[in-house]
Amino acid sequence: MNKITNHQLYRLITAHFAEILREPAVIFWGVVFPILMAWGLGIAFTQKSEVNFKMAIVKAITEKDSIHETKLVGYLVANGFKKDSAYTIALKNEKLGNVSLTFFETSWPNAFTMLKKGEVVLIIEDKTSETKYHFDPANVEAKTAYQLVSALSEHGSSFYAANQANIEPLTMKGTRYVDFLIPGLIAMGIMMACSWGISYTIIDRRSKKLLRRMVATPMKKSNFLFALITARFTLNVAEALLLFLFALLYFGTKVQGSWPALIVIFLAGNIAFSGIAILLSSHTANPEVGNGLINALVTPMMVLSGVFFSYHNFPDWAIPFIKYLPLTMIADCFRSIFNEGAGLVDVWREALILTAVGTVSFIIGLKIFKWY
Amino acid sequence: MAVFEYIVDVRQVKKSFKDVKAVKGVDLMIKPGEFLALLGPNGAGKTTLVEMIEGIQHPDEGEIFIAGKQWKNHQHELHQMIGLSLQETRFMDKLTAYETMRLFASFYKLGTDRVDEVFKLIGLDEKKKAYVNNLSGGQRQRLALGVALLNKPKILLLDEPTTGLDPNARREIWNILMDLKKGQHTSLILTSHYMEEAEFLCDRIVIMDQGTILAEGTLQEILTLGGGHHSLDELFISLTGRHLYE
Repeated sequence: MNKITNHQLYRLITAHFAEILREPAVIFWGVVFPILMAWGLGIAFTQKSEVNFKMAIVKAITEKDSIHETKLVGYLVANGFKKDSAYTIALKNEKLGNVSLTFFETSWPNAFTMLKKGEVVLIIEDKTSETKYHFDPANVEAKTAYQLVSALSEHGSSFYAANQANIEPLTMKGTRYVDFLIPGLIAMGIMMACSWGISYTIIDRRSKKLLRRMVATPMKKSNFLFALITARFTLNVAEALLLFLFALLYFGTKVQGSWPALIVIFLAGNIAFSGIAILLSSHTANPEVGNGLINALVTPMMVLSGVFFSYHNFPDWAIPFIKYLPLTMIADCFRSIFNEGAGLVDVWREALILTAVGTVSFIIGLKIFKWY
Repeated sequence: MAVFEYIVDVRQVKKSFKDVKAVKGVDLMIKPGEFLALLGPNGAGKTTLVEMIEGIQHPDEGEIFIAGKQWKNHQHELHQMIGLSLQETRFMDKLTAYETMRLFASFYKLGTDRVDEVFKLIGLDEKKKAYVNNLSGGQRQRLALGVALLNKPKILLLDEPTTGLDPNARREIWNILMDLKKGQHTSLILTSHYMEEAEFLCDRIVIMDQGTILAEGTLQEILTLGGGHHSLDELFISLTGRHLYE
């Protein structure tokens, strides 16, 4: 009778595990998808041996002469590789990485359509007297393309190969994009797993009247929540370890700082988001409302917290606010531990804040929790 | 445990939700081992009454005693003696019937012996390993009934246990309940839309509408008192002006 397998906590934890592990979609989105994302983004931003900029070149309607007239066009015709109505110029630099520029000769309306579709970043209006460039100055890629093309038009492709001696490419671990990305993905994994795995599960079970049925028994309510959080936390550990293992083997990602600090932040992050998840799911029994609530929580943080790109691109006034979002704190701490060699001394404050956020949210959530 | 004349004793209970008076001063006494049907159309107040007996709603006025105890101070003991099956409860889809039963058994500190016993009782032995979402409607209702019977409840509350089931599946549930009745250890409060279910299973029938009890007694008693109607259907229409299923 006293066997552990008959204990309600054991049975609740195994039930939650079974529910998660027997759903292939959960394994895909929880484990496989983050690894695919790390692989895809890591490859896309780390191993670009050759960057290609595409632009449209338009002859002014009033011009009767052929495309051969201006300096730029003359250069393209003489040195470019022509395929259909497109010219490609290759710029070579061992340290900067090679670049290819593709120019599509086309009409105005078509050039704009291509720009709107993102097929080109720049429109070059080529007149006999002058060359005009149309692009969005806020688009870094377009700006770079403009600078390359204008230099090409002035100096030919040789400008790109010059000054190699002054460039020292950073290839050491901790400075690559993938080193920025992996800690962010692990942090995001905690948020997503807790938000969907805890909040949605509770709302779903409330909507199916299962919570009501359970509390009509002598089940301890705290055991139900503890089991749910324990099952989710265990899976979060497994998901994070698998993602890290992949990054270690594929990209050579290393933890340069303290492992205990990493574990403390991982725990604090889980406490924070588990608490928030309980608070978020404390009332509603409608899965669609729950869906909205969870999205309202995770989407702003996914955008603002700098999981994929640095949040320092946001306006200065927003940075102090962004820095104290739970996801930002976890991602920032992970990054400083992974890439800057941070230890417990550097992250204890964030760990305390995250734990406090989780604990307060949990207590408030329990106070207003509706079981039916 | 002390022997009580009434296992459930509801006294002058009232309950309102905002402006709606769901239950307007109801008295209801149920003897140990008695099977009682609570009939009424939607909005009659029967679910609110049953939820107050279950302990998940609290009366605004009046008192409810279960085996002489009130919910306020005896939650744990009362949960031990009540079993219930809700009409729309859906168990975890990816647990097997056996795992579901063991989960609920663990809440009562019961082991595999009782789980095996209940599976035999509900005739679901061959479906032990099936996931809940692969069970038919009738099998799910039998599983829900089995879960409700795990703790050998003194009071069993069944909310429309056979709604939506085909006649065979309904008959299977009835047979399980008739076997239970023979044991005389369990009192049943059954809400239903099916007259024949109330007639077949229950010792006493209570007809509710608009928060009050309109008629109460054995089938013969209420038919006679109601002016010699031939069936519950007729009586129900004459009392409420509506069909039971409305």
